[in-house]
Amino acid sequence: MDLRFTEEEIAFRDEARRFFREDVPEAIRRKVLEGRHLAKDEIVRSQRILNARGWAAPHWPREWGGQGWTPVQTYLFQDEMQQAGVPAPLPFNVSMVGPVIAEFGSEAQKRRFLPRAANLDDWWCQGFSEPGAGSDLASLRTKAVLDGEHWVIDGQKTWTTLAQHADWIFCLCRTDPSVKKQEGISFILVDMRTPGITVRPIQTIDGGREVNEVFFDNVRVPRENLVGEVNRGWDYAKFLLGNERTGIARVGTSKARLRRIRELAGLELRGGRPLIEDRRFREKLAAVEIELKALEMTQLRVVADERGRARGKPNPASSILKLKGSQLQQATTELLLDVVGPHAMPLAAQDEGAGRNEPGIGPEYAAVAAPTYFNWRKISIYGGSNEIQRNIVAKAILGF
Amino acid sequence: MDFDLSGDQRLLKESVDRLIADRYGFEARRGFMAEPEGWSRANWARFAEQGLLGLPFSEEAGGFGGGAVEIALVMEAFGRGLVVEPYLSTVLLAGRLLEEAGEAALVGRIAAGELLAAVAHVERHSGWNLGDVATRAAPDGDGWRLSGTKSVVLHGDSAEQLLVTARTADAQRDRDGIGVFLVAADAPGVARRGAATQDGQRAAEIHFAKTPARQVAFAGDALATLERVRDQVIAALCAEAVGVMAKMHAITVDYLKTRKQFGRAIGEFQVLQHRAVDMYVALEQARSMALYATLMAGEADARARAAAISAAKVQIGRSGRHIGQEAVQLHGGIAMTMEYKLGHYFKRMTMIEEMFGNADEHLERVATAESIL
Ligand SMILES: Cc1cc2nc3c(=O)[nH]c(=O)nc-3n(C[C@H](O)[C@H](O)[C@H](O)COP(=O)(O)OP(=O)(O)OC[C@H]3O[C@@H](n4cnc5c(N)ncnc54)[C@H](O)[C@@H]3O)c2cc1C
Repeated sequence: MDLRFTEEEIAFRDEARRFFREDVPEAIRRKVLEGRHLAKDEIVRSQRILNARGWAAPHWPREWGGQGWTPVQTYLFQDEMQQAGVPAPLPFNVSMVGPVIAEFGSEAQKRRFLPRAANLDDWWCQGFSEPGAGSDLASLRTKAVLDGEHWVIDGQKTWTTLAQHADWIFCLCRTDPSVKKQEGISFILVDMRTPGITVRPIQTIDGGREVNEVFFDNVRVPRENLVGEVNRGWDYAKFLLGNERTGIARVGTSKARLRRIRELAGLELRGGRPLIEDRRFREKLAAVEIELKALEMTQLRVVADERGRARGKPNPASSILKLKGSQLQQATTELLLDVVGPHAMPLAAQDEGAGRNEPGIGPEYAAVAAPTYFNWRKISIYGGSNEIQRNIVAKAILGF
Repeated sequence: MDFDLSGDQRLLKESVDRLIADRYGFEARRGFMAEPEGWSRANWARFAEQGLLGLPFSEEAGGFGGGAVEIALVMEAFGRGLVVEPYLSTVLLAGRLLEEAGEAALVGRIAAGELLAAVAHVERHSGWNLGDVATRAAPDGDGWRLSGTKSVVLHGDSAEQLLVTARTADAQRDRDGIGVFLVAADAPGVARRGAATQDGQRAAEIHFAKTPARQVAFAGDALATLERVRDQVIAALCAEAVGVMAKMHAITVDYLKTRKQFGRAIGEFQVLQHRAVDMYVALEQARSMALYATLMAGEADARARAAAISAAKVQIGRSGRHIGQEAVQLHGGIAMTMEYKLGHYFKRMTMIEEMFGNADEHLERVATAESIL
């Protein structure tokens, strides 16, 4: 046993580190590290820089630009990316629809969509959840009916992240209402410019605009936009949701947050001394770091184990990565609240949504503390809530 | 021992509860926040009419002689309504300080709804420590001139009179040498900038450049008086927090009964029932400690009072964080939206957790005091 990486792995890590820090603009990375919002063009720009290097979708099949990395390389790549504050390539493109098309799509779909998804020429959004279908996703009701050469889609999706930027949406639609609910769902690709689609923004409690409702009223979609077979959409969705096993813990993101918190705690004074010198605060910080180290080790065990496993047979420990990872990401936001103290209170309202335009009070870094705390509550809700994750683990360990 | 309300207290509770139920719906509140000052003058006039603005003051000062129990009844109702008017800053902080200073005329105007006032004590690096003051007061003829910057002055943007802590002597963190100074908000050398707070209230940053000021005089030590009033404010805030938490719990329980997934109400999942129970435990513990704070707010022994108030603030902070996070989690996505009421309670709760010191800071005060048992 050895905690150290091999020389080749270290060389790879250093290469990734250098690339992220030298090639991705510092202004973009700083925004990520400081917890500020990125504009659409910054996300696009960053992904294109990665893609030019062949690194936007390294886990895809080789013929579509995948790198054929070992699990350790993939881990190192993600860790470095997160620690450097490089925005993750748009997950809807590279972790969701891309792998589904690559695995189940037609040759024409692969050629048409994959290169554009990798380069973020098309911005994809995820049309799964509905008002009545959240955790119970299979109960979705948006229906698609075949009419000659077109699917006609009617219904509503919700919580659609960044649909306002999207060119395409991948939807789960009910195509057979007469069978068991999981067996009547299809996976369909829809151009967001198709007549009959309306996007309505939903403002989140931190004041941001990142989610939307998407309404479909008699939307006609070419028949060939079905992915794979009709009524097999649930299998593809499960494949999609289980696709990214290790990155989900976002250990690198939490490491970067904790580093930032240490730095800011050196700037904030309590009783005339930097907060970072306060024993109580240091113990709290250390406690989170210990948990994060444990999670990192768990992740490394999963990564090491993956080398010998068949695809689609995850290590049972991998299911705790999202559970624990989300809790630790959220814990970092609470630490930041502690750091900024009273200056967590003022709201810096610079968008039209707030109705006022006021820069806030206190240091700029304080202004993101509360909004981030509020916003990151989502991490334990989306992508399978922590309760659903626990149900999955319970099933695995209890067998009921 | 008697935890029952008196007849008058019951009447007060009924009338305030009714006021909030009638006037402070979710949509109405949104309207109040959109008004130029970020809150409603009409509500303020209504509070004055109902005697709420004079509630804590002695009858000689034009008040109604209400004590901590009366204040707690009002604040708990305000918590349920997420009231955004400057009650805490003008009445409970500035008003009570002015009363302690014997400024009967100003207190009378506050009680009548004619004067808005705020207390400016937080600075860039003070945290919530009232004794950490860099702002300076220099003698000038009969009066003083203030120089320095105050931060996060609650409702400091609409206040007409400011009570400002400043040093006449000694070093930044000495307990001695602190005075409280009265400044008209339009006095020369005052520059202020308002901002909304995360919970839809208001705060200001205020600069003083050789601003003429009058020192207000207390019977005892200024800092000790400030701390006593602050402790009473924390007790009131604990009561408000109970209103906020009770609402979050009620909204969540309702949602568990109505939201259906997997063909049944999600509240039928036992794991969520237990989570709702744990929230309830946290709520009741908080309610008890808020009551303890209310009943200890007038304690003459300053050390016993401070420890009791801090203990309550710790409980409130912990219960509030637990209930807030769980309420959001058990709702799922809907809780993350501005359009739904829950998130607004969550945000107010988060700010109350921070206000006048978070749970860790107060835990230290309790840990270094004599046992509260
Ligand atoms: C910010 C944000 C972005 C999102 N982006 C997208 C997106 O881009 N595309 C998309 O399709 N969706 C998206 N979602 C939706 C997300 O996946 C759902 O919110 C999630 O699946 C939970 O569904 P729900 O909100 O309807 O909650 P519900 O399913 O109604 O759950 C409510 C509560 O009940 C619990 N619960 C439900 N079932 C059980 C059970 N069987 N046992 C125990 N507890 C249970 C849940 O854990 C939760 O605590 C997003 C959500 C958020 C908040």
